[in-house]
Amino acid sequence: MGTSSFTVLNLLSMEFSQADDLKLRCVGGRKGLSKTIETPDLNRPGLALAGFYEDFAWNRIQIIGNGEFAYLTMLTKENRLNELQKLFEFEIPCFIFTYNHVPDQTFIKMAEQVHCPILITELSSPDFVSRVSRVLATVFAPKTTIHGVLMEVYGIGILITGDSGVGKSETALELIERGHRLVADDVVEIRSVSGNYLMGSGANKVIGHHMEIRGLGIINITHLFGVRAIRDKKQVQLICNLEEWNAEKVYDRLGVDEESIEILGIKIPKLDIPVKPGRNIPIIIETAAMNERLKKMGYNSAQEFNKNILRWLESESARAVYFNDQE
Amino acid sequence: MIEQTITITNRAGIHARPAAMIVQTANKYKSRIFLEKDSAKINAKSIMGIITLGAGFNSSIKIIAEGDDESEAVQAIAQLFENKFEEE
Repeated sequence: MGTSSFTVLNLLSMEFSQADDLKLRCVGGRKGLSKTIETPDLNRPGLALAGFYEDFAWNRIQIIGNGEFAYLTMLTKENRLNELQKLFEFEIPCFIFTYNHVPDQTFIKMAEQVHCPILITELSSPDFVSRVSRVLATVFAPKTTIHGVLMEVYGIGILITGDSGVGKSETALELIERGHRLVADDVVEIRSVSGNYLMGSGANKVIGHHMEIRGLGIINITHLFGVRAIRDKKQVQLICNLEEWNAEKVYDRLGVDEESIEILGIKIPKLDIPVKPGRNIPIIIETAAMNERLKKMGYNSAQEFNKNILRWLESESARAVYFNDQE
Repeated sequence: MIEQTITITNRAGIHARPAAMIVQTANKYKSRIFLEKDSAKINAKSIMGIITLGAGFNSSIKIIAEGDDESEAVQAIAQLFENKFEEE
């Protein structure tokens, strides 16, 4: 956990929801399971099997589909396995056979010798390729961890940040009580998904949906509030930064100009929310979430308000001309 | 900014109790304090963060502090590790 390298074993032992299950099992070369997968790209080694090794993308996961498998079977039948020897001279991270094709024993033996893992999936090639690409894209996405609480409030992913002791967890607890969902407390892992948006989740499955509340200790949100109170991951759409009320600081009073913060190269709108006794932060955050939804639907309260004022002032001054004339 | 790398010498590693001790100590100081293991860097004032590091026996951790009382903070936290969190 927390290490930067992603091994074949990591891929094999990943936990998936039904729709993403890769249905992988290992049939040989187990000693090579610690090999690192260095790129999210895949390769179909058709040309390499046929003996053409120029520009061979050996450092990728090699997918053996129907065509490649048929060619392999032919090679074994005609006892031309020595042609394969060159393939195993490369440090290939692993072979994955689709359609539940089981390679010939001699092939497995060759792989065992160089510690190259052989995995099998029951999925079809196109299905497997699309699933594994999705999985690898997430694994290899640029990521960072942020100290804060990620909540889903009215469908908007809100990251609550702020110094230690400012009341992030307490705010989150109140939001949960009000029917919103906790994604992660304290350590939020954030990934950039294809450079388009940020996906936040808990950094560690073991910690899951636990929270630390000063005075209470560690509590289990899933057990206390049930499944309605939790979520595994959520897009980060808004950042609410809580800070101690600072009399000298100028806080945004209009909301016409939007402040934003850049995480992994993606801009996220940010609100600075001052905390002081008597200010109900959870309600402010709920309102911020609704306001953000309104903006997404094309209505910016602050801007519309200002537009109306401008229109009103204009009409007032237009009228003033007539009144001035009469006098 | 001050950094110090230490090795975890208590058998059980950093579980909930040692994590709480680190947080309590870190909160006595005004400096921003971080713990770094492999590529993960977390705030030393957060219990969950410290547990997430998954720091087991013999793993090494870098203590980083930044602020007015940085040297005292690093020293106090390093002391906890040296004392094996009063466990052994």
